[in-house]
Amino acid sequence: MSSGGWTDDQVEQTMGRLLRFGVILAGSVVLVGGVIYLAHHGHDVPDYAQFHSIPAPLRSLAGTLRGAAALQGPAIIQLGVLLLVATPVARVALSIFAFAQQRDRRYVLVTLFVLAVLVYSMVHGYRDQPPEDAVPPVSAEKSAE
Amino acid sequence: MEVLELTSLVFGGSVLAGFLGALTGLGGGVVIVPMLALAFGIDMRYAIGASLVSVIATSSGAASAYVREGYANIRIGMLLEVATTVGALGGAILAPHVPTSALAIVFGVVLLYSAYASVSRKVRAGGPVAPNPRAVRWKLDGTLPGTDGPIPYHVTHLPGGFAVMFLAGLLSGLLGIGSGAVKVLAMDQIMRIPFKVSTTTSNFMIGVTAAASAGIYFGRGYIDPGLAMPVVLGVGVGALVGAKVLVHANVGPLRWAFAAVVAALAIEMIYSGSTGRL
Repeated sequence: MSSGGWTDDQVEQTMGRLLRFGVILAGSVVLVGGVIYLAHHGHDVPDYAQFHSIPAPLRSLAGTLRGAAALQGPAIIQLGVLLLVATPVARVALSIFAFAQQRDRRYVLVTLFVLAVLVYSMVHGYRDQPPEDAVPPVSAEKSAE
Repeated sequence: MEVLELTSLVFGGSVLAGFLGALTGLGGGVVIVPMLALAFGIDMRYAIGASLVSVIATSSGAASAYVREGYANIRIGMLLEVATTVGALGGAILAPHVPTSALAIVFGVVLLYSAYASVSRKVRAGGPVAPNPRAVRWKLDGTLPGTDGPIPYHVTHLPGGFAVMFLAGLLSGLLGIGSGAVKVLAMDQIMRIPFKVSTTTSNFMIGVTAAASAGIYFGRGYIDPGLAMPVVLGVGVGALVGAKVLVHANVGPLRWAFAAVVAALAIEMIYSGSTGRL
């Protein structure tokens, strides 16, 4: 079925394992962040009825990493969510490698395109940009963490 | 309502959603948005953010099982993902310019279709599919495991499938759903791919499609950690248990019941959107 390198079956097996590992890792990080978040903010009263976006640090990768390093619950959760999003991206990257191994140039290009779209979404989207459709927060304290 | 209480309730609801979704093949995402928006009064944008992330979790988790069974077709998935990811990007960019009431109505319509699709097994008209030169050139034909050995299948109507996949991606980016039903529609009905291959490949693709809009959702602050946490964990746990139970359960009547619930939610969404409540 393939001209060289991994068989389709081997690719599928590895991909399956990668996906499962990614989900478990991401879920664990979210859980840890969740526990910390609940411990510190369990008795806060959130307002989700109005869309205020979320605090600026968590809208960028740099802010999230900084917050996670400081062991802030919401930042660690956000990091876990990032890892979750990274899982299918890693899968696509693995596909590029697998298709290259099989000397399948056409599908290397196809997969590179998909990866480019994914990377564009993350790079272009995940920076602290003022959201166009958010209502300004009611109190200033809400944005501080 | 305090964070602790809200988190517990959302978690519980998400577990149920994930469980039923895995059992009936509808996915947990379809009920997360209505649950958060209607039952908890949460703004649609936070709801679709949380839902989108949970969709990635269930898709990747489920796909890890399906891929290893040998049904999903990686090339079909990857080629069509060109269409879905571009559509998803478009949907995510479009989202803030669409009033939430319109989002709710579109959501309701898509939900109605999903509910209908999950209980109807249209018998495909026409005989066996002949090899299509374009599909052969793109190496899309494959085999599925059969009792007496691999059964070959052919793929056709690539442009049509592409177009519907773009729509599926658009809806995913706009509404925070997996669009599994639309993807299966494209593959099963238009491209004449065997049903089991269509559903498993669709599952495989959903996570990638959702990831394409995730970056944009992050930047706009649609994904709130306090909400994402119980939803992701809940749906993950529910789907895991559901997948295990699926092997032993008689899903037929449950699928109908769930489809009825989803249809009811759909009508509620359309109504709330029309009256401006959402």
